[in-house]
Amino acid sequence: MNDPILEMRGVSKSFFGIKALRAVDLTVYAGEIHALMGENGAGKSTLMKILSGAYRPDPGGEIRIEGRPVRIEGPLGGRAAGISIIYQELSLAPNLSVAENIYLGREISRSGMLARGAMREGVGPILERLGADFLPSTLVAHLSMGQRQLVEIARALHARSKILIMDEPTTALTAHESERLFALIRQLRAEGLAIIYISHRMDEVYALGDRVTVLRDGRLVGSLDRQDIRADTIVRLMVGRDVSSFYKKDHDPEAGRGHPVLAAIDMADGQRVKGCSLTVHAGEVVGLAGLIGAGRTELAHLIIGASPKTSGRLELEGRPVEIGTPGEALDAGIAYLTEDRKALGLFLDMSCLDNINLAVLGRDARFGYILDRDKARDRASKAFAALGIRAGNVGVTAGALSGGNQQKVLLSRLLATTPKALILDEPTRGVDVGAKSEIYSIIDNLAKSGTAILVISSDLPEIIGICDRVIVMRAGHIAGEIRREATAPLNQEDIMALATGTEQLDA
Amino acid sequence: MHDSPLKVEAATAAGLAAVQETKRQRIRLLIRAAGMLPVLLILCVGFHFLSDGRFFTGQNLGIVLQQAAVNTVLAAGMTFVILTGGIDLSVGSILAASAMAGLTLSKLPELGALWLPAAVLTGLGFGVINGALIALLRLPPFIVTLGSLTAVRGLARLLGADTTVFNPSIPYAFIGNGSLTLIPGVASIPWLSVIALLVILVSWLVLRRTVLGVHIYAVGGNESAARLAGIKVWAVLIFVYGVSGLFAGLGGAMQAARLYAANGLQLGQSYELDAITAVILGGTSFVGGIGSIWGTLVGALIIAVLSNGLILIGVSDIWQYVIKGLVIIGAVALDRYRLQGSART
Repeated sequence: MNDPILEMRGVSKSFFGIKALRAVDLTVYAGEIHALMGENGAGKSTLMKILSGAYRPDPGGEIRIEGRPVRIEGPLGGRAAGISIIYQELSLAPNLSVAENIYLGREISRSGMLARGAMREGVGPILERLGADFLPSTLVAHLSMGQRQLVEIARALHARSKILIMDEPTTALTAHESERLFALIRQLRAEGLAIIYISHRMDEVYALGDRVTVLRDGRLVGSLDRQDIRADTIVRLMVGRDVSSFYKKDHDPEAGRGHPVLAAIDMADGQRVKGCSLTVHAGEVVGLAGLIGAGRTELAHLIIGASPKTSGRLELEGRPVEIGTPGEALDAGIAYLTEDRKALGLFLDMSCLDNINLAVLGRDARFGYILDRDKARDRASKAFAALGIRAGNVGVTAGALSGGNQQKVLLSRLLATTPKALILDEPTRGVDVGAKSEIYSIIDNLAKSGTAILVISSDLPEIIGICDRVIVMRAGHIAGEIRREATAPLNQEDIMALATGTEQLDA
Repeated sequence: MHDSPLKVEAATAAGLAAVQETKRQRIRLLIRAAGMLPVLLILCVGFHFLSDGRFFTGQNLGIVLQQAAVNTVLAAGMTFVILTGGIDLSVGSILAASAMAGLTLSKLPELGALWLPAAVLTGLGFGVINGALIALLRLPPFIVTLGSLTAVRGLARLLGADTTVFNPSIPYAFIGNGSLTLIPGVASIPWLSVIALLVILVSWLVLRRTVLGVHIYAVGGNESAARLAGIKVWAVLIFVYGVSGLFAGLGGAMQAARLYAANGLQLGQSYELDAITAVILGGTSFVGGIGSIWGTLVGALIIAVLSNGLILIGVSDIWQYVIKGLVIIGAVALDRYRLQGSART
């Protein structure tokens, strides 16, 4: 192969004596897509921050770009060295136009006046090359997440970057937008850029990666070439042990059938959800699949009363229930795990203790008002043990935990209400592999104990791995349902066909 | 979930890290809670020396405590509001209106004794109206209470027909000027200060020992999450503005009892600023969700000590304004600095 564009030799980084990176050697070639994987806290973001200039590596290591040793310093250092990073949370100013964002910090001015026209012309060719369907003068606020990502990439190309680092770029994209992004990434590879692609998602790494490098506990534990990329190998490298039966499904899907717990009938909100009905039985795990924007989360919000419905009714264990607020849903026995745990779920400044007990404080309280602190502590400790939450003690603030532990804390809050029906919206988003597998076994155990569970997920292998039945939504409607049969296991193709509507073409 | 040795090792490592994190958090909380206490002590000692030993005398400390009392009560209510991420600009006006209502009632021979509850309930009423507008119509707290700052001030003037109302024989006058004797002839504490301390104590109980208290912190920490967790956010908001109004009404009663008089135009002017300053000095975050009532007490004492000390050492009225203003800015700067260290990332 040609000469490497980026070489890191023995790069380490420690914070107050704790090694976040230990002598990492990483080689990236021009014209390759290099996938970087590892559990949260494995050192991926530290590595990235060194390349962007946000952190300075410990002395002793060396970074070479195109064979020349470089020192990357300060926030602009990475860009100066030809490295651009596209972060998970995009760093665009929504109140400015596309062209202004691309030129941000390097605006063209003529005698002190901003040359908007020249800037628009300057970004034209790049946008064209990327196949953008918007104008340089468009306000970023009006763009979809996929289009915004394109602006970020355009910004990187405009800065003449040779190395592009993408951190979980598809988290906020629809399946269609992701496909377009993949095509674009391949195009950029063909144009000779080196792309470092960070992702938790195995299917993306399969689809894109020329090579995969796995980090664990700050060490580089292995690099695999394309022909060696296999899920079990990668997972073993990431967690350092065999994750036997990654997806756990021991509960008997036939056990609870015939006893419907949660039935939603003809739910609609007049916008995104257009008359959906579904039933979940006791002891059953039902997947709710569909493209992003199909209305799955919106349907869940209607069921728990988080947004107003224009039609529809609910039945719980055969009896009609009226639910107008999430509080009433919890009281009735329907709990909902939000897809956005930081914005809509956790109280990051509050302790795990308070976060876990929040929904049941009223039930536990003495005389209805006075906190029962012993009971709360006891409940939190039990939740820590039952779900394997790893934190020093229950008094640690939720914001200090890793994604997987945060998710378990949030789940504990719901389980404290002993729900009859549990709606889990993207239960493993932003959670590392080890914690994922633990969450799957928690779901499995809940199903065994008779809880009716509805899992909303965009991760198809996950849905296939843990669900008894899959309901697929498309554009606000229930597009169809697929049942797991002994003879015919669930498969991605059938689900995608329903989700995208291609089954109609086949018929 | 079977435990492999590797996992246990990882768990203990994570546990150790978390223990250290907890320790760090405790220290951070301690700094936050104690944050301004050293400043208060330094101010006290400093003024004592600068004033040639006139600060730490029984009489002067009594004056400081008495002067801090009304602001402490207002700031306690303000703490509830700011903990939810809101603001109440109308407390000064509500204080004036409550005092006017109380004094007017106290002049009626048969109902005179009811003036005290009447003043407090007047405050509660205005507070609940604020809260209802904010919680039910979803108007921004700043706008709503800016409006009531003006409107309630007008009502306060209306109540006394824009004159000063006197009542030299107002019932319960002792709460304004009397003292509770602790050791006869040696130590006593002004009733105003006793009330202020009780208010702080009750606030602490509500914030730290009740379900409602946790809900207040939750709404301030993450309102959307609170709603999804089943908390009645509207009820929490009406409650905190109600409390702020109630305490403003109590403050009005304290002022009326102290002065035997009230003027709808002058009483309580810009008291809201002192109350907000006390809360922020006390380490409560302007964004909501973080803070303590004890911090507020310290903040209110700092303001009182500052006023008293500057007078003792003969700083002119004009310069007192300048210095107090700079203290407000310094307090907000501190708030920013503190937020950086919190878990909010």
